Amino acid sequence: MHSQKLSALIVPNQRFINMQDTLLDINDLSVGLISPDHGHKPILRNINLKINKRETVGIVGESGSGKSTLALSAMGYLKKGLHYFGGRVHFSDIELMQASKMDLQRIRGGRMALIPQNASQSLSPTLRVRDQMYEALRLHTSHDPATYRHRIVELMGKVRLPDAENIVNRYPHELSGGQQQRVAIAMALAGEPDLLLLDEPTTGLDVTTQAHILGLLDDIVTNTDMTMVYVSHDLGAIARVCRRVVVMYAGEIVMDGTAEQVLEAPSHPYAKSLLASIPRVHRDALPAALEGRPPAIGDLQNACAFAPRCALKSKLCETERPNLFLQDNGAYVRCFHSGAVESWSPNIIPRSMYRSTQEEIMLDVQGLAISYDKRGFLDAVFRKFSSSPPTVEDVSFDIQRGETLALVGESGSGKSSILKAIAGLVPTSNGLIHLEKEGLLSSTMEERSKSQLQLIQLVFQNPDESLNPRQTIGEILEHPLRLYTDLDSKSIHERCLAILEKVRLGPHYMTRLPAQLSGGEKQRVAIARAFIAEAQIILCDEVTSALDVSVQAAVLKLLDDLKKKMGVTYLFVAHDLAVVRAIADRVIVLYQGRICEIGPVGKVYEAPHHPYTEALLSAVLEPVSGFKPKLLSRDVVEFSPVKQGCAFQRRCHRSLGDICERHKPRMQQISPDRFLFCHIDAAELSRLQNAPGTLI
Amino acid sequence: MTVMSYSYKVPKSRFFETMTGIVSRPSGAIGLFLVVTNVILAIISPWIVPYDFKVVNANIILDGPSWQHWLGTDQLGRDVLTRTLLGGRQAMIVTMTATPLAILWGGCLGIYTGLVAGRFDEIVMRIVDAFLSLPWILKMLLIIVMFGSGIFVLIPTLAFFYGIPVIRIARAATHAVVARDYVSAARARGQSRLSIIWFEILPNVLDALLVEGAMRCSWMLLAFTSLSFLGFGVSPPTPDWGLMIADARSYMAIAPWAGLAPVIALSLLIIGINLTADALAKAVGLDRAQSAVH
Repeated sequence: MHSQKLSALIVPNQRFINMQDTLLDINDLSVGLISPDHGHKPILRNINLKINKRETVGIVGESGSGKSTLALSAMGYLKKGLHYFGGRVHFSDIELMQASKMDLQRIRGGRMALIPQNASQSLSPTLRVRDQMYEALRLHTSHDPATYRHRIVELMGKVRLPDAENIVNRYPHELSGGQQQRVAIAMALAGEPDLLLLDEPTTGLDVTTQAHILGLLDDIVTNTDMTMVYVSHDLGAIARVCRRVVVMYAGEIVMDGTAEQVLEAPSHPYAKSLLASIPRVHRDALPAALEGRPPAIGDLQNACAFAPRCALKSKLCETERPNLFLQDNGAYVRCFHSGAVESWSPNIIPRSMYRSTQEEIMLDVQGLAISYDKRGFLDAVFRKFSSSPPTVEDVSFDIQRGETLALVGESGSGKSSILKAIAGLVPTSNGLIHLEKEGLLSSTMEERSKSQLQLIQLVFQNPDESLNPRQTIGEILEHPLRLYTDLDSKSIHERCLAILEKVRLGPHYMTRLPAQLSGGEKQRVAIARAFIAEAQIILCDEVTSALDVSVQAAVLKLLDDLKKKMGVTYLFVAHDLAVVRAIADRVIVLYQGRICEIGPVGKVYEAPHHPYTEALLSAVLEPVSGFKPKLLSRDVVEFSPVKQGCAFQRRCHRSLGDICERHKPRMQQISPDRFLFCHIDAAELSRLQNAPGTLI
Repeated sequence: MTVMSYSYKVPKSRFFETMTGIVSRPSGAIGLFLVVTNVILAIISPWIVPYDFKVVNANIILDGPSWQHWLGTDQLGRDVLTRTLLGGRQAMIVTMTATPLAILWGGCLGIYTGLVAGRFDEIVMRIVDAFLSLPWILKMLLIIVMFGSGIFVLIPTLAFFYGIPVIRIARAATHAVVARDYVSAARARGQSRLSIIWFEILPNVLDALLVEGAMRCSWMLLAFTSLSFLGFGVSPPTPDWGLMIADARSYMAIAPWAGLAPVIALSLLIIGINLTADALAKAVGLDRAQSAVH
């Protein structure tokens, strides 16, 4: 008998000892699917979770870990097709799994509120914000209807929406993503809930907006009696707002402890691997990849679910399922070898360094401008020309052979448009794209020659979208070869196998369809397709943003390996600054289609000059408990570029006023490889950044 | 360097999967049974019918069902069972040739306009709107008056008019596919338009076209029968459901069997086609009734 198993008999709930009343008590809950042959396939397995009043609990896990199912079960709700296998969910004194529909209706939205991931989809598009707020108040509070108006303004103030009178009269589509999320939070607060459930509330928002929303949530929870359960895949966001972290893997809780315990000294190998796979803004290395993938639903036998991917596994892990047991420091861990985790660490590999020796320019972009404005028929008749400023303007840069150049910026910064213009998918309205050896590229790909097309290949963001669901992997890989080469079928087949080997997929993948692959595997195929015809420049459009962090780490490592082996040049577009830090040599910071700052990634990250770069970098979240990002720029979302002056003028915290509003910022060269576009002098900017008390 | 490998079940072919999908649904099983029975009976009918379909017998005019004549006799004393068994042959031949033709030309044009978009698409769609705004029977009668009503006129005419709504379906399905990144990827690679249609779009639009084709079959059958009913389809004495219904209409009150037999046969076939099409749509995941709710 193992001593660990003895300690597992202690029910894991006595820990948060203040012993205030328990608000939510989930006891041995199992939920899952029933397959056509009546097999039970659990999605949640024996969940034990006790949440006390005023606690802030983060539930973290990758896709498929069951975290959202758990959050919804906590409301007594199961998605269609899911079955309740056993266990209990107590909210205060009500058993939710047995509660009547009427009871549930009263509790949900009232005593228990959910803030969903996508506010734009959870708000009704046909109702004004005011009417939706009225409904929330009418259904879940006993206030006098005469006071609703006053109450709404109060709620809007609570979620820091200025100009409440104006906002409540708008429809959801007239608000920005951040504002919509604030309205959703206000609606959840309307019922004065005891428990606030948040399901990835900031996923899909820009990093600065995310930082603002998280700051707001943190304030709300600290200033009220609310209990919060925050479900996310993003450990950074959880570290920002939660004091307690629950790590889920394959439908079970593998670790449960305070934020410090989980984030600083994780004693479960999965928690440690997950942390190591997160790229950091201030670490010049690739994150450690976690190989393999979680077991499929229902594939679990009597074994540790993480064993196949675990470096510390033993015979025991494969024959017996570990229990969640209490450790000396008060955290709960589901692992037989948790004692050994401390001395083990996943290896974080330094990435291949680019050395600019050849000074050979691969691609040269001069004065690129892109405009999506379309002249209608009548405009053409009356010879009216569009007056709105172009989406992308005056973008010039070059890439040297073997270099990785990153374009970084928030949504709407035009980074993807620039990439698509280089690929020929979006026509340019001005500027030149010059390709080494092949000369000038025409702006549409129909007019480009085969060898020009062959040299530049594009990898898309979402592999579900970029792989044809009706073609086998073999067929998908063949296309570029058939198009660019005269190889016979046999050598094409061999080339496909060779490239699959390079992206670390076996030959048996040739006959599979994309739907039979995991997200990471699909992205490997998409990358293989870009590499197969010996392209020189690979354009990567947010290639890791649709993937889980552990998979993202593996894809980043693959890209780095391929660069070493094949000597390609990357143009890498991303919104995640930490990913850019891990993979890129040089970075261009874009705002509203205009360049803010260019420079080597290390130098820019250590000493950002442009106010926008500074604001972006300070808003990045770190998976460190108690970490608070600085909020520099104003949380305004702009839908179109300004007509004159600096693009960043409306959000800038260092704006000089008139000159910024009237004149385009001048280019300043800080060092041979660093450029800045700002009216303020570079030296002055770095002095201001170091001076205390300049935050707004 | 390790190569990843996972346990993996080899999938059955998509055709097999779809067929199982149809048969495993009650509507599909019933529908397919009705269609197959109808088609088999139509094929073997010349060898199994008890009487000659054109022998007139004045002694047994409008006789009720009996052991000699299971479904009775019509106004000229001909066996209704014989004529009902034989009466679907023409309609089925026309349906089975004209529907694939309609899907083929409508599908090709629809996919092409959906892909190129712009002014060409604009023009084609306005012409389609113009055609759809006229009642079909008017257009059909016009053609028949001009070229006669032989089977070689009817098949291309029906195929032409029934291909027009298919343009819309194919275009809409293409629009959904063209926006996907794999089409952008093919364009960025420099793939020709034809190969984009063949490799990237067609496999993803085919489901919608097949379901549409199955639906069109029942419309086509009804259209041909209607023309026969009006006297523009098959000429007497060839047995045909539409013609039989037209003939028996006057004697409905005294001899309902003469009219009911072809009506029931036609209805069963159409219900069978619709049920099959419905099950097909569900089997390939194109069920509209399901997709709205999550």
